[in-house]
Amino acid sequence: MVNIGLDVSSMSDSVMTTATEVAHKLEVNNLTISYDGTPALSNVNLSVREHEIFGIIGPANAGKTSFLKSLNRMDTFNSSMSVNGQIRFNGLDIHNLKNIYALRSRIGVVFPLPVGLPLTIYENVALSPRLRGIKKRRELDEIVERCLTRAALWDEVKDRLNSLGSLLSGGQQQRLTIARALSQEPDLLMLDEFSIAVDPVTTMRIEDVLKELKQDMTIILVTNLVQQARRLADRTAFFLEGECVEVGVTEDLFTGQGKDQRTLDYIEGKFG
Amino acid sequence: MFAESSLNVRNKRVQNLFRILFMLMTVLLVVPVIIILGTLIYKGGSIISFDFLFTDPTNGMTAGGIFPALLGTIWIVAVALLASVPLGVMAAVYLNEYAGDNWFTRLIQLAIINLAGVPSIVHALFGVGAFVIFFGFGTSILAASLTLAIMTLPVVIVSTRESLRAVPQAFREACWNMGATRWQTIRRVVLPNAVSGILTGVILEVSRTTGETAPIMFTGAAFFLPFLPQSVFDQTMALSLHLFVVATQVPGVPEDLPFGVALVLIAMVLIMNSISIAFRMYLRGKKKW
Repeated sequence: MVNIGLDVSSMSDSVMTTATEVAHKLEVNNLTISYDGTPALSNVNLSVREHEIFGIIGPANAGKTSFLKSLNRMDTFNSSMSVNGQIRFNGLDIHNLKNIYALRSRIGVVFPLPVGLPLTIYENVALSPRLRGIKKRRELDEIVERCLTRAALWDEVKDRLNSLGSLLSGGQQQRLTIARALSQEPDLLMLDEFSIAVDPVTTMRIEDVLKELKQDMTIILVTNLVQQARRLADRTAFFLEGECVEVGVTEDLFTGQGKDQRTLDYIEGKFG
Repeated sequence: MFAESSLNVRNKRVQNLFRILFMLMTVLLVVPVIIILGTLIYKGGSIISFDFLFTDPTNGMTAGGIFPALLGTIWIVAVALLASVPLGVMAAVYLNEYAGDNWFTRLIQLAIINLAGVPSIVHALFGVGAFVIFFGFGTSILAASLTLAIMTLPVVIVSTRESLRAVPQAFREACWNMGATRWQTIRRVVLPNAVSGILTGVILEVSRTTGETAPIMFTGAAFFLPFLPQSVFDQTMALSLHLFVVATQVPGVPEDLPFGVALVLIAMVLIMNSISIAFRMYLRGKKKW
């Protein structure tokens, strides 16, 4: 493990305490998100377990992305966004955290469209370690190689680490952003419709990567492709028009054992 | 099926008409530039020499060179840049990266736009009041440069803001999501990608500062000075004022002298612009998206 040089001691304490109870990575109680007073998501209650892939499905405007944004306190960058309710990460209320930068650095985010920062491949992955204060070239080299390997990109780019990240193909760029998220050494990885701009073959490769990453971290997977949720997610939540309709074991939802008829209708493509 | 109807023919004719009209306007735009440059080179080119550039004026400015004015202009422009670029860039970064959209920032915005619209002679009188008298700098390079700096500040702020805006928001968000602070994001991602745009603003500022006459004639530029400035608290000659003086105020000046001064003034602006443009192209070549 690399010393990540941030104040996370209080957080790892809480990992210890929650581990003895139920291993909940994330607990969300009565979460309501609104933009300039217009609610985007209301009264969500759910919890995400340690080392699971938690799927979120639902049509556009269901509040999925807003939900992700509230988890790493991106509302602080958007004055029109207001978040009410309680979110506990590793047992700590994230609205009472003094160091939200440490919180964000423990949560990796992958966006729908790959955002290759205008830097070289190497620097894209080394940026987060650098932000944490790692300066030694050897250490950075090691992190870059490890993260690119885990994101299944190393073999394709190892000979051109100093070319621009934005010159990669769409699928490669998306794996680069996953490598970048991994360079944060996250506890939680949030993927927001990662496969929207990615070809099916790469999508499958990334899905395999995610199954492996599950050993080391918790993953929240927002997806438009219900079958992707079925393939990957241990449990799935169905969001619809700002409401969390239900949360259940993925296979149950897909075999019609859910509590709400709307979930099955959506999964079977009857609306949305 | 593809035969031309009369409507097609008419559309085509109108289309050609407008194309030619727009082209003519474009050409018309270049004509004055060519005439000005041509006249200056034709009438003043012969006087340009090493001695003209690097010796003092003699015989009541009817002969000799322009060295003190040339050097003075460089001084004034350099000090003005030193004052306005950091101030303008920092203000623009604040407005674009930190400040929210509220009545306060909108007020500042309005102030900046109005500042850009103030006539230069008003800036000159403000400079006299503020820098020469109130701050006690006297008529000096410092007072003249600060006056120019305030005058050109809106240019720097507006162009810097535009180039900051051109950096995609997704880059910032990706960086914030990693746990970067606003400043880390600005330093590592936003500013490196906005530099070429910021330089464009500086180019505009240099051009304007070099040629301005009114703001410096009351605040620091002298009619004639037999010595070179030793510090920013000295007065100095300046090319723009010198041109005005030899063209209208001094009797018996040979005809090619004012043209020569004007040519040097324009050449200075062009050279500085070319250097900045070359640098900007170099940076653009390194641009990452």
